[in-house]
Amino acid sequence: MFSETIELRGHIIDSLILPKVLDQILTHGANFKITEINIGQKRADQSFARIEVSAETGEALDELILRLRQQGAEVVERANAQVARAPVDGVFPRDFYVTTNQQTFVRLEGKEIEVRPAMINSAIALDRKRGTARAVKFFDVNKGDEIVIGHQGVRVVPVQRATTYTDLFQFINTTVDADEPKSAIIRGIGDELRRARGAKGKIAIVAGPAIVRTGAGQHLVRLIEAGYVDRLFAGNLFAAYDVERALFGTSLGTNPDLAVARGGHENHLRAINTIREAGGISQAVHQKILTGGILHACVRHDVDIVLTGGIRDEGPIPGVTTDVIEAQKVMRTKLADVTHVILLATVQHSLAVASMLAPDVKTVCVDIDPPAVERAIEHQPLQSIGLVTDVEPFLRELAGCLTESRVRD
Amino acid sequence: MRELLLCPPNYYGIEYEINPWMSRARGAEAALAQKQWEQLHATLLKLDCKVHLIAPQPGLPDMVFTANAGLTVGRTFIPSNFRHKERAGEQPFFADWMEKRSYKVSWLPENLYFEGEGDALFGGDVLFCGYKFRSDIQSHRAVADMLGCLVISVELVDPRFYHLDTCFCPLPDGGAFWFPLAFDEYGQRAIREHVPDLIDVLPDEAMHFSCNAVVIERDIVLPEGAPQLVTKLQDRRYRCHELPMSEFIKAGGACKCLTMFMPQRELV
Repeated sequence: MFSETIELRGHIIDSLILPKVLDQILTHGANFKITEINIGQKRADQSFARIEVSAETGEALDELILRLRQQGAEVVERANAQVARAPVDGVFPRDFYVTTNQQTFVRLEGKEIEVRPAMINSAIALDRKRGTARAVKFFDVNKGDEIVIGHQGVRVVPVQRATTYTDLFQFINTTVDADEPKSAIIRGIGDELRRARGAKGKIAIVAGPAIVRTGAGQHLVRLIEAGYVDRLFAGNLFAAYDVERALFGTSLGTNPDLAVARGGHENHLRAINTIREAGGISQAVHQKILTGGILHACVRHDVDIVLTGGIRDEGPIPGVTTDVIEAQKVMRTKLADVTHVILLATVQHSLAVASMLAPDVKTVCVDIDPPAVERAIEHQPLQSIGLVTDVEPFLRELAGCLTESRVRD
Repeated sequence: MRELLLCPPNYYGIEYEINPWMSRARGAEAALAQKQWEQLHATLLKLDCKVHLIAPQPGLPDMVFTANAGLTVGRTFIPSNFRHKERAGEQPFFADWMEKRSYKVSWLPENLYFEGEGDALFGGDVLFCGYKFRSDIQSHRAVADMLGCLVISVELVDPRFYHLDTCFCPLPDGGAFWFPLAFDEYGQRAIREHVPDLIDVLPDEAMHFSCNAVVIERDIVLPEGAPQLVTKLQDRRYRCHELPMSEFIKAGGACKCLTMFMPQRELV
């Protein structure tokens, strides 16, 4: 949303200039907020109104403001953002503005520029030549870059509640606790994913190892096969569990189908070794070494796999990005066009992904631990649903309603 | 006795086109224009008005339309800031003339267009002001600041009725006659809200500039060609003096455009 503040003065009530201006704003598809109004008490007293006008695009706003000027509207000059140069590579100037993940604009030479991407905990770097403003992390900043300091000239636009339709995410917009019914919500999520796929949205799954350990992998495979997953974000451990389960029937030595499994803990390391020997997951699939499991389904159905590492990892499995800064960059790139994210049973990975999401990405978080759910969705107001539940029944029901409806279609 | 300012049409002619009425190709007939102006002058004198004449200036053909010189309230004269450069040259002559007669000249900021009585007419204690084609609405606020009166700003939407005095004429009993389609919906509502008795002028009669009338108490001097309006005014016990104005209508003006009140209103 682009906005300007206008002021009206004079006999704007008796002349019906105020209602005319408000009507013109609405008929042009824009919105207004009267931030101040002072109505004259006596007949000859003049009145005053300060109105914030916002429109979808800068062009639409400019055109509207031009019309409103004819009605006597005066545009309130806003201050430009203040900037300072980065003193050295990787260091922001003191007092740098710290971003939220909400849509943000900076005013530069009288014009508002949207900061892209909308990224939390970043600074804002300006490129005057191109007229752009970029959210940057420490590793992105070079000595001499112009960085916004202070709050002047910065405007944040929180996600607005939809008024024209019922949006499941805005309607629920809370965490569904363990003792609350979930079937209807899961079906609603299913409908949303179906709509997203139809509208060429991009759906990302962030998968924790519990999916494999609880035996929910088969349901995720059904979702992948049905085309509901575009990208899979996971850690080295998830990949190792999935491969171990495919090769040996166990994950970290436990088998969801057997009370006592054979092979125990060593299967984990043998699985990693097998993939390393094959040269990677995709190679193992093509060499028919890996013939089942979630990653196998991903390779078979061209789902982008984004694997990143952790301190306690074994291996790593080839293809896992182990440098954390590099991993952040890869994840950000791979999340840039994502419209829907489902965070499944992983605290650290969910929090990492959640911190990189644009404010309008629809987010579902499923975890057995209530605080983990809360933390993962706290930055996506009006766009998220949290479900406190074991991941297995969630995935079973979601895959069920999406794949059964495929039959119905 | 009302005091009025007129300007003889010695240099009147259609030398440029700044409204839809003007056509240099068609032009105005000088002798006939002179005769029509003299009839107006004589009529106003007959109505016991004190008529002042300002010397016409070569190269300023529209100076004859003195209503656009400015707005006079009490002993204060607010000179116009003409929108078109073709008329801007009139301003110093009018301001000097008023100043020499001891009127206090109150200038509006240069960046605000305002075309005097053409766009500012008192109805009761309310000053109705037209805007968009010639005057800016911003100038209305400045005038309201100077005069301390209620100003009703109304948007004009038909370029043929580019000044307020071409489509709205207040009457001394609190009523007015007007051509409603010259205003936008809000302007129409605002006028209806503030004027209790409105006489609608038919489109055909409005095109004869019948709203462009000089009202001297119960006498109304207006262009000929509006029999129905005249009947309605006579029903309200006004005396109508219908004058031929063809040569001035060719420039988008008539009786009122040729006349400025000195003052239009005593102190408000």
